[in-house]
Amino acid sequence: MRKLPLLGDEAIAQGAIDAGLSEIYAYPGTPSTEITEFVQRSKEAKAKNIRSSWSTNEKTAMEAALGMSYAGKRAMVCMKHVGLNVAADAFINSAITGVNGGLIVVAADDPSMHSSQNEQDSRFFGKFAMIPVLEPSNQQEAYDMVHYGFEISEKYRYPVLMRITTRLAHSRADVAIENRNQQNEIQIPENLKQFVLLPAFARKNYNRLIEIQSSFQYESLNSGFNTYFEGTNKNLGIIVSGIAYNYLLENIGSAKSDYPILKITQYPLPSELIKKIYDDCKSLLVIEEGYPFIEESISGILSNGKQIKGRLDGTLPRVGELEPSLVAKALNLEIPVGFAIPEIVVSRPPSLCGGCPHIDSFNALNEALQDFTPGRVFSDIGCYALGALPPFDLINSCVDMGASVTMAKGASDAGLVPSVAVIGDSTFTHSGITGLIDAVQDKTPITVIILDNLTTAMTGGQLSQATGRIEEICKGIGVEEEHIRIFTPLKKNHSENVKVIREEMNYKGVSVIIPRRECVVTITKKTKEARAAKSKTEDKE
Amino acid sequence: MKKDIIICGVGGQGIVSIAATIGYAAVESGLKFKQSEVHGMSQRGGEVQSHFRLSDSEIHSDLIPKGKADLIISVEPMEALRYIPYLSKEGWIITNTKPFINFAKYPDINKLMDSIDAFPRHIALNADETARNIGAPKSANMVILGAASMLLEMDFSELENGIKLLFKNKSDDVIQSNISALRAGREYAIECLK
Repeated sequence: MRKLPLLGDEAIAQGAIDAGLSEIYAYPGTPSTEITEFVQRSKEAKAKNIRSSWSTNEKTAMEAALGMSYAGKRAMVCMKHVGLNVAADAFINSAITGVNGGLIVVAADDPSMHSSQNEQDSRFFGKFAMIPVLEPSNQQEAYDMVHYGFEISEKYRYPVLMRITTRLAHSRADVAIENRNQQNEIQIPENLKQFVLLPAFARKNYNRLIEIQSSFQYESLNSGFNTYFEGTNKNLGIIVSGIAYNYLLENIGSAKSDYPILKITQYPLPSELIKKIYDDCKSLLVIEEGYPFIEESISGILSNGKQIKGRLDGTLPRVGELEPSLVAKALNLEIPVGFAIPEIVVSRPPSLCGGCPHIDSFNALNEALQDFTPGRVFSDIGCYALGALPPFDLINSCVDMGASVTMAKGASDAGLVPSVAVIGDSTFTHSGITGLIDAVQDKTPITVIILDNLTTAMTGGQLSQATGRIEEICKGIGVEEEHIRIFTPLKKNHSENVKVIREEMNYKGVSVIIPRRECVVTITKKTKEARAAKSKTEDKE
Repeated sequence: MKKDIIICGVGGQGIVSIAATIGYAAVESGLKFKQSEVHGMSQRGGEVQSHFRLSDSEIHSDLIPKGKADLIISVEPMEALRYIPYLSKEGWIITNTKPFINFAKYPDINKLMDSIDAFPRHIALNADETARNIGAPKSANMVILGAASMLLEMDFSELENGIKLLFKNKSDDVIQSNISALRAGREYAIECLK
């Protein structure tokens, strides 16, 4: 046993390495990226031959993990909350097939939308799939729960969902770790039809999933993660889940306080303990990070029982992440009044880095669009979404991975010509290709601009599956070669680049333009690393 | 012993390095800590903050409650004021006076400094200039940490050691520049607190 200072994300990764993981699959997305990055950097993982390459998107990651599980080995698949939407088909059906080797799906939610387009709560996905959900309250629990998660996944032969939120993902604390398991040997399922979801088999599997629910209920009651703390003041019972437990303790010092407290970190909700706290207390307060998932489950529509306070009745805010002061207020505790922010302070909007290739691409596109009415640029998820803000005020949509191409197609179908899609290289391989096939099939007049900065920049410069093969992909799916145009986004090429965009916007079919120049952040990083490596060698000489 | 610290500035100013240095020093001093970092979009030239909690007993929340921070350590003057609701009535502000201006509507720097001066417990210095003067132009963040070191209740040598651990894969020059910057900041604070 030794201690390491780990981010919540890293504690999950280390937990998996120590629990006999064979491969981790992921597409980068804040706040989940550091789980996979930690495995990629870990010397232990390298020594154990644990694979950890990036997947093209969350669905391919989920499916590959399911295949690893089919072969009897332990797999983990990680994504941000909205990534689970992409993986949903495979995810929901993995609960119908069940698993063979242990399988943990990690979804990192982002309440308050620090770097996301919504604050959806992945616990609903767990309930939807009817599988166990683990929601650690701190870094140590995250580490321990990975071991436990793999155990129950193999014991019952079902995938397990681990749900974390931004603050746990990106907060560092000491974690006690120990190496516990070797990797599994290859062993295919006993029943070779287990993963065949033809209706006749699927019905059987689905019945088994319904029957196993009582076992998941048993685990929620007996695993030791959900804990009931007795209290003497029964005017109020507190149900608290995940990281919100820390905010509660910050205010009351210890769980052995006056009020009865039910700490929830594992789902399905332990019915017996919920009934107990409801029967014991005159009223309840539910404190949870994310949607009012527990609160809604226990208060229902009629609410004709005892008072249940939480996010639904305004005791806590309905939206956004929690913090200790909000919990203090919900408990009617006195909170220190901080100083007010002086009026002179203004917000500092995020902006593209100096020298970013997107700046030159956006300036060229803005000029090429001058002669048209505004509102024609559909964009996507990535740094280039900042094109919505001044000084560019250029893009008119940013919805979900790949939607730029397909929304431009729909708008073009409606008669908005020219319609322009602006998408990054990594987002293009993630989910843009399929939409482009639709457009090629239909000969839709759209101009697709694939900003190729040779990396997945927004999340910190991970491998882009598109690097070196965008033109070939476009040609392969039928984009005409003469309408695949490549230029270097630099100030000195501005007028030439504007001309290329204009020409392609005039073409009444599918055009692809690829402005190609490496991300300044990854270039700087590479240069620095090269220089450091050089000076290290010189030091030694 | 308990210290709640907000570390802030603009993406790219070395906020995470300040936090990591204190983190290494905390571990070596046998203290418990929790440190919440900022990743993702907020790093692109935007506001960056880290909540750093140090204690000899168990720490619960990863976030510092408003009105309870002992220190705000800021590499940028306007950013110091942004997190002022976290500062306790007895808390200290340690800030760079050199503004990081990457947008058009940056407020008047003299008025900003007036706002900071209104807080009696503060140390303000031009860390960029100090760092340049000692030949360590990239280490303004460590100048600020050095200036805050007087109020951290940690052994100064542990902070120096933290820098060595943080930059263990970098050249000796990088380590020395950062340590010099840390010392320069500390000297300024000693004069200031006299």
